[in-house]
Amino acid sequence: MGENEIYELHVNGSLREVRDAWIGESLLYVLRERLGLLGSKGACEQGECGSCSVLVDDELVCSCLVLAASAVGQAIVTIEGIAPAGSPSDVQQAFAEYGAVQCGFCTPGLIMATHALLERTPQPTDTEIREALSGNICRCTGYGRIIDAVQQVAVSRADGR
Amino acid sequence: MSTATRESVLSGRLGDSPIRPDGIAKAQGSFAFSGDLSADGALWGATLRSPHASARIVRIDVSPAWQIDGVTAIVTADDVPGKPTYGLISSDQPVFAADVVRYTGEPIAAVAADHPETCRRALEAIVVEYEVLAPLTEPERAIDGSHPPIHPDGNVIRHQRIIAGDQSLVGDVVVEGTYELGMQDQAFLGLEAALALPDPGGAGIELFVATQWLHEDRKQIAACLDLAPDKVRLTLGGVGGSFGAREDISLQVHACLLALRTGRPVRMAYSREESFLGHVHRHPAKVWMRHHATAGGVLQRIEVRLVLDGGAYASTSSAVLLNAVTHTQGPYKCANATVDGYAVRTNNLPCGAMRGFGVVQACFAHEGQIDKLAVACGLDPVEIRLLNAMETGDSLITGQVIENVAPVAECIRAVASLPLPDVPVGGRDGEPMQRPGGAGLTADPSHIRRGIGWGVAIKNLMYSEGFDDYSTARCRLVDGVASLKFATCEVGQGFVVLAQQIARSVLGVDDVVLEPIDTSIGSAGSTSATRQTWMSGGAVDGACRLVRERLFEHVGARYDIDPVSLAIDGRDVVDTTGTLRISVTEACAGAEFEETFEHHHRPTEDLDENGQGNCHTAFAFVAHRAVVDVDPELGLVKVVQVATAQDVGRALNPLSVMGQIEGGIAQGLGLAVMEEIIVTDGLVRNASFTDYLLPTMLDMPHVVVTLIEHPDPMAPLGAKGVGEPPTISSTPAIVAAIRDATGRDLSRVPVRPSDICLP
Repeated sequence: MGENEIYELHVNGSLREVRDAWIGESLLYVLRERLGLLGSKGACEQGECGSCSVLVDDELVCSCLVLAASAVGQAIVTIEGIAPAGSPSDVQQAFAEYGAVQCGFCTPGLIMATHALLERTPQPTDTEIREALSGNICRCTGYGRIIDAVQQVAVSRADGR
Repeated sequence: MSTATRESVLSGRLGDSPIRPDGIAKAQGSFAFSGDLSADGALWGATLRSPHASARIVRIDVSPAWQIDGVTAIVTADDVPGKPTYGLISSDQPVFAADVVRYTGEPIAAVAADHPETCRRALEAIVVEYEVLAPLTEPERAIDGSHPPIHPDGNVIRHQRIIAGDQSLVGDVVVEGTYELGMQDQAFLGLEAALALPDPGGAGIELFVATQWLHEDRKQIAACLDLAPDKVRLTLGGVGGSFGAREDISLQVHACLLALRTGRPVRMAYSREESFLGHVHRHPAKVWMRHHATAGGVLQRIEVRLVLDGGAYASTSSAVLLNAVTHTQGPYKCANATVDGYAVRTNNLPCGAMRGFGVVQACFAHEGQIDKLAVACGLDPVEIRLLNAMETGDSLITGQVIENVAPVAECIRAVASLPLPDVPVGGRDGEPMQRPGGAGLTADPSHIRRGIGWGVAIKNLMYSEGFDDYSTARCRLVDGVASLKFATCEVGQGFVVLAQQIARSVLGVDDVVLEPIDTSIGSAGSTSATRQTWMSGGAVDGACRLVRERLFEHVGARYDIDPVSLAIDGRDVVDTTGTLRISVTEACAGAEFEETFEHHHRPTEDLDENGQGNCHTAFAFVAHRAVVDVDPELGLVKVVQVATAQDVGRALNPLSVMGQIEGGIAQGLGLAVMEEIIVTDGLVRNASFTDYLLPTMLDMPHVVVTLIEHPDPMAPLGAKGVGEPPTISSTPAIVAAIRDATGRDLSRVPVRPSDICLP
């Protein structure tokens, strides 16, 4: 395949070289297939489901809609960059503990969106949670336990735990 | 519902809600789904699909695809070494279409190449010349014989009637209606994906795949590949939801063929569009019902004609039809019935299993009818349902007696006592997101009307009609650590945590290791039909109990105690007649116990030609009440609250039960007001998440739940499954609430804005 280039992406605090890649590859594809960061998931390929959510320069984006080569020079944070393996963040722990995880396919994207929400709005109302996370589709849970998990984290953080 | 640990429940045991063993990995993104799997030198596979609903294949020329660099294999029907067809109940679906295509999306060829983009170009390069035929898209034409057979097996997949009691009875009150349901997609998030690893020399194959039933897949794959079943080894790849759509084969045979052809690992992964075409859906249905009752509202007789559109291939249509016709009475006493049901073949997308499996279609109709009957008899929706509520010992219209716990009236009363939402009509001031239509501010609060509706359901559990869908599990106990082995597909429901809870409860251990889920042990049956808690739960419980017997024999011999007097208490083995108390770890020191157990449910039988017979294994019940706000001028609906009480037998993991209930209601809500695959002339118009609308967090209301816990003596752990009931009667409850708010008839789901504002 032609039109290949070598470029570097700044992912989870490290500079990662991407070589022999077709320039038309999405950020999601490059993260998963070129850099081995499989935590970001693809489920719709058109920015409807939020499973591929990552932070690019602190902005929550659907990585399936971003060309990888266009993210050069920007700080990318994926689910793998949220917390070290085996040491879950408070949001990750709460999702597992309060029943927000069933099949788990939407979970990384929802956790990215939740971290972004709580950075912006530490004590969200029920409606604010629903609005902020409405770009993330979950087909298993019906969302009730996810909202509960987000609220648990907000309360814990307010209590300084 | 409180999800707090109950005081009497030991941590991690049955009744508790411990963290599922895959929970942290899933939250950290390190859990491997089938689409995450790869291998050194792996190729990508992709499928060429028919753009026509009905056509004769005149010519296939794959040679242009071979001109593309990176293409490694191209396979068509000619390359299938074994059986050319597969299928769950009847083997009527070609691995690849050879002479005709029968639906839009039917596979014609598959390629393997170095990159997904190379695959896409190769598929584009393959030339297929079609003679396009007029598709059969109208189910009635499949029944009346006015369209020639589109398949050698004919256009009627199954015709089943039920004739019970007095066939001429006419009630004081008679109500009639015709109800329609659109085609719903399971829309699991983790797209179809697999990794196939060929054995050297093509002697066998190993497949990692997201599926609901490893052994059934293996049987069908082996036949198509002309390999002995033991040469086909399946391991469950992480499953991103299923809801019925993974019960049938999709890419399994294609991936194996490409791997065997190339001698290299092959990954396949569907796109969302391809997923809509590549798996079966919920059957669209048309149901006519006439209900007869006394003037006081006692149901006396039902007349039903029910037609399911099975699409191009049979899949599980015959079993879906069985469920549909045998559940037409709903959870109500009824002695007399005249039911006529068809599952037919058309050139629409193949339909098969989806959560609720035929009962969704029946329930939407019978609940609409019960509401009409209530109005005709001057009763309210609760009164008429309580008046007719089924009980243990009642006979169904099939003649089968309900032997399970059947707390229908209790479910209804429990829901009726749950509080109505405190949100004012149209949402709280300053909360436009709570209005119908959301933040667009399109709904004028003064126009919004509130409605309340009810839905109640009966659902069979496990497989029916003589099928022995047993489940196998093995337990090993070494040094106080239990290991469990089973082929039960974990699709998100949480069997992995339940299995650990069972082992902890039976054996008094804390550490329970789960071995890989694969075909190196006997079948567990399918993760469907609300059956794994009962069936695989029963198998794990049985295996653990056998190991416990061996442990007690061992301890009894060592301490000269009759094993019968030994018991597990917490983490200890205790002598109930003496003073011995030692830890389980100590008790099994130096010994190793291993036992395998198969759990079989009681036998069932086929229906006879009049629809009589004990065809089902067991039943569960549920009630729903929905509250909606509607803007009748704009046709916009906001579901404000769903209240439910569900007959769960025993909540073995209350948090998981809650998750099944809320998740099932979300899918019922989707069918009520959002979700439909639009198919016109056999062509799919909305195969994407942009155009196929799924409930988001803003669409889902607050769910209020009461669990009705009466352990069922027939169930191995007292627990009925909980997966399907939430989906079934939530849909009619929501539609009834919209009817209540608007006065519209609304006989079709999903209810569209135009059905409300432009009837």
